[in-house]
Amino acid sequence: MIDGLDFTLREGEYVAIMGESGVGKSTLLNLLAGLDRPDSGRIRFDGVDIGALDDDATTLLRRRSMGFVFQAFHVLPYMTVAQNVSLPLELLGVSGKERQTRVEQMLAAVGIEGYGSRYPRELSGGETQRVAIARALVHRPRLVLADEPTGNLDPRTAQSILALLREAVHASGGAGILITHSQTAAATADRAFVLDGRALQPLPDGRG
Amino acid sequence: MNDFGPWRALWLSQLREQPGRLAVTALAVALGVALFSGVYMINTGALNEFGKATRQLVGQADVIIRGPSEGFRESVFVALARDADVKLASPALELAVALPRERESLQVLGVDPLRAVGIQPALLGELAGDFVNLFASDGIFLSVAAAADLKVRPGERFDVIVGQQTKSLQVLGLLSAAAYPQRIGIMDIASAQWTLDRLGIINRIDLRLASAANVDAIRARIAATLPPGVTALTPAIEQGRAASMSRAYRINLNMLALVSLLTGAFLVFATQALSVLRRRTSLSLLRALGVTRGQLQRGLLAEGLLLGVVGSALGVALGHVFAVGVLAAFRGELGTGTLQIHPLAYVAFFLIGTLVAALGAWVPAREAARRAPAHGLKSGDAETAITELRPAGLGLALLAAGAALAWLPPIGGVAVFGYGSIAALLFGAVLLVPAASAWLLARAPVSGRVPLDVGLAQLRGSVTQIAVSLAAIIVSFSLMVAMAIMVYSFRQSFEVWLSDQLPADVQVRAAQGSDTRFLSEADATQLSSLDGVASIELRRQSEIALTADQPTVALIARDLTPAGRDGVLALVTGGAGDGALDNAWISEAMQDLYGWRLGDRVEVPIGGTRHSISIVGVFRDYGRSTGAIVIPRERYIEITADRTATEAALWLTADANPNGTVAAIRAALPGGESLEVRTTTEIRELSLRAFDRAFLATYALEAVAVLIGLLGVAFAGASTALARRSEFGMLRHVGMLRQQIVTMLAGEGFLISALGVLYGLLLGAAMSLVLIYVVNRQSFSWSIDLAVPWMQLALLSIALLCAATVTNVISGRSALRADALRAVREDW
Repeated sequence: MIDGLDFTLREGEYVAIMGESGVGKSTLLNLLAGLDRPDSGRIRFDGVDIGALDDDATTLLRRRSMGFVFQAFHVLPYMTVAQNVSLPLELLGVSGKERQTRVEQMLAAVGIEGYGSRYPRELSGGETQRVAIARALVHRPRLVLADEPTGNLDPRTAQSILALLREAVHASGGAGILITHSQTAAATADRAFVLDGRALQPLPDGRG
Repeated sequence: MNDFGPWRALWLSQLREQPGRLAVTALAVALGVALFSGVYMINTGALNEFGKATRQLVGQADVIIRGPSEGFRESVFVALARDADVKLASPALELAVALPRERESLQVLGVDPLRAVGIQPALLGELAGDFVNLFASDGIFLSVAAAADLKVRPGERFDVIVGQQTKSLQVLGLLSAAAYPQRIGIMDIASAQWTLDRLGIINRIDLRLASAANVDAIRARIAATLPPGVTALTPAIEQGRAASMSRAYRINLNMLALVSLLTGAFLVFATQALSVLRRRTSLSLLRALGVTRGQLQRGLLAEGLLLGVVGSALGVALGHVFAVGVLAAFRGELGTGTLQIHPLAYVAFFLIGTLVAALGAWVPAREAARRAPAHGLKSGDAETAITELRPAGLGLALLAAGAALAWLPPIGGVAVFGYGSIAALLFGAVLLVPAASAWLLARAPVSGRVPLDVGLAQLRGSVTQIAVSLAAIIVSFSLMVAMAIMVYSFRQSFEVWLSDQLPADVQVRAAQGSDTRFLSEADATQLSSLDGVASIELRRQSEIALTADQPTVALIARDLTPAGRDGVLALVTGGAGDGALDNAWISEAMQDLYGWRLGDRVEVPIGGTRHSISIVGVFRDYGRSTGAIVIPRERYIEITADRTATEAALWLTADANPNGTVAAIRAALPGGESLEVRTTTEIRELSLRAFDRAFLATYALEAVAVLIGLLGVAFAGASTALARRSEFGMLRHVGMLRQQIVTMLAGEGFLISALGVLYGLLLGAAMSLVLIYVVNRQSFSWSIDLAVPWMQLALLSIALLCAATVTNVISGRSALRADALRAVREDW
């Protein structure tokens, strides 16, 4: 599906990748996250060839260095907001007290301070996506992958979530990739590209 | 809109998605219906055969006069034959005749052919060409079943034992199996009296009255003129009395079968509830598109009905095969081996099964129809969609009702309220599963290990779904626990009782159930003088009738020394008495059936006259559920002058060899080979083996129910795992290892099954108390001491825990294999 792609993402960069349905945006995301293996070529993360890692190693890499934001939120309904956000820290073995502090800081950073004891069913779509963003960033990952994070939200909420994501990625010091087919969403990124199946073309607005 | 139009696609998609789960649910219904209908068919078939046999023997009699096996004088017949209300009187001598080599005794009916044909016209046809032969002094007509068992053909001879003598009878002909399905022989009454040493004695008279009106009044008048111990019955009472002896067993079997049916219903409920939950978005979409509340409810109910229809049709067919098989295997004991059931009965079973399945589907269907479509269309927490299925108040009310019902008395000898109590406890407890699970899970400690804690949080957040999937396994497991505790308690009490019953080293018994074989005084002397015999106790057992509507009671005359009474009578209350000859000990059944109490003075017919006895003790008797009275043998001899015995217990000297003594007894006594001579150890082993065999079928049925429940849990687990694929995918994205997810699922499986096991154990223990102290007592009139089979329950629990945990892991692994990582994107 994707052939001959050559692309480098630098630390601190927040880029958007656009493309029509079926062009391979999700495949690209799977490859970057180590969920799929390329037939040929290499994907290096901090100099490590992701394709050469086994399943456990890529999982540990994701645990330490990546954060994900999904279109359908995917927060666990049976856990409170705080428990959802704290999950990556727990997997990393962060101690209880530090975990609590970082979760509270993160909730404040994404604008849902004081929502820690609520359950996802008590939140609006925008609030739930903020929980997902908090969970994606709480462990300070090197790379945040967001796949259509505003696809389920109204335009106004979507705008605030996109702004929040951009700020949060920049504040964490890591890099971020936003997959979207919305021009408006792409406009919030530092650089924007269009995936045409073989290569990433800079967006005609010249920011690519 | 066509009610079922939209369902075709939904139903087919369900079928495609989980054919195994639907098949197991239909199979559970089928098994329940098969057991329920099969047991009913066997009982009805056997009862029909029994009824036919009784009707054949009773013929067109309006009143039957019955006496004890020792019989009564023929003068009673003479008086009745002259009675103005009696059109025809037919005397009979009905005895269980002992056969050589410890074989089961043969029922022999001695009749006056010329009179009997007036009451049993069928007899004339049976004896067609051989009518005159019947008067032959040693001739007998045998039923096909009896001839087959004795391996004799017309013209051949066989031996019977009377007293200590062996006598030979010639087979004159065969009675057709259609008319006489049982194991029986018919002789001329005079020949029977002569051959069986009962000259001038009869024990039955069949009466045809001059008018069919006022039968009861005439019966009552005649009954008042009869000697003590002789009763006047109508054919209906006669049949009812015989049927009542096996009623408790039949009802227990029916209840067990009903339990299987209920397990099936719970499985239908679980299947439908979880399937409705999984399809809540599709169902809400249908509502949004214009399907009415009623259409939705009817559609979902139709799904349950379809499962019921398939399961019930299969079940009725299986039940028929099962019944035919059992009746054929026990041909003779249960009749001719043919099954004659009204076609409407099959329709009824089919409808019952379908109805029960529909009942299981009704609750989820109603809940789905009640839900606002907007809620269903919103993706999110599935748990809130079924929180209505947590009627804790009703559960508590049912538990209270169950506890209250256990205190009520039986109705007509049937523990109706006892079974009602078990049903109320079962349903109440199942309704409380969600509340109890929530309470327990809230108190489960956090381990500090992420996979286990995430699993615990998942369980805490989905207690209703867990409860739904656990319903069937809790029902079947708790019933298995209840049965295990009851049977173990019964076995322990039975063992203790056996020891009390068999205090001696060797037991000698005249042929079992026989009226013609006994031990004479000379035999007793011979036994006492054998090498190695230290002492001997003789017993004389006979049957007496106390009332017309109850089965006969065993009257046991025993050689009892005052000091020895406590030890050998398995007394529940009372004691050894004061040594007076009128002391008597009664079994618990006498308390329940006749209302006799410790300290009462009552009259009983012994040897044709009434005698007063003083009740000084109550003993446990697992041998007879229709009642027994023990009196000193000395008193029996004083009244009847009968010094014969039906049993002897022998205590041996320390150096004697019991097996050697058994051989010596057989050699020493005339006709010794026809006696049942066994060491106490052997009798204990045989009795316990028979006990275990009797309950084997129960265990097998329960095991099947648990297996079905477990399969239900497995399919619920698979269904839940599929529904949680996107959750697994998300967890893998955030860095949870595959092994950690498997650990999480194993932890969840273990906790869920631990909940089910704990709950099942508690519920089962509560139901076992009702079974032991209410149902058993009221059904069989004997008490049982509670004993808990800890080891058996522990092994059963561990097996279930392991099975459920492994099942959950396998379901989860297969969901993980199915590209769980990408499942997070199924919504994109």
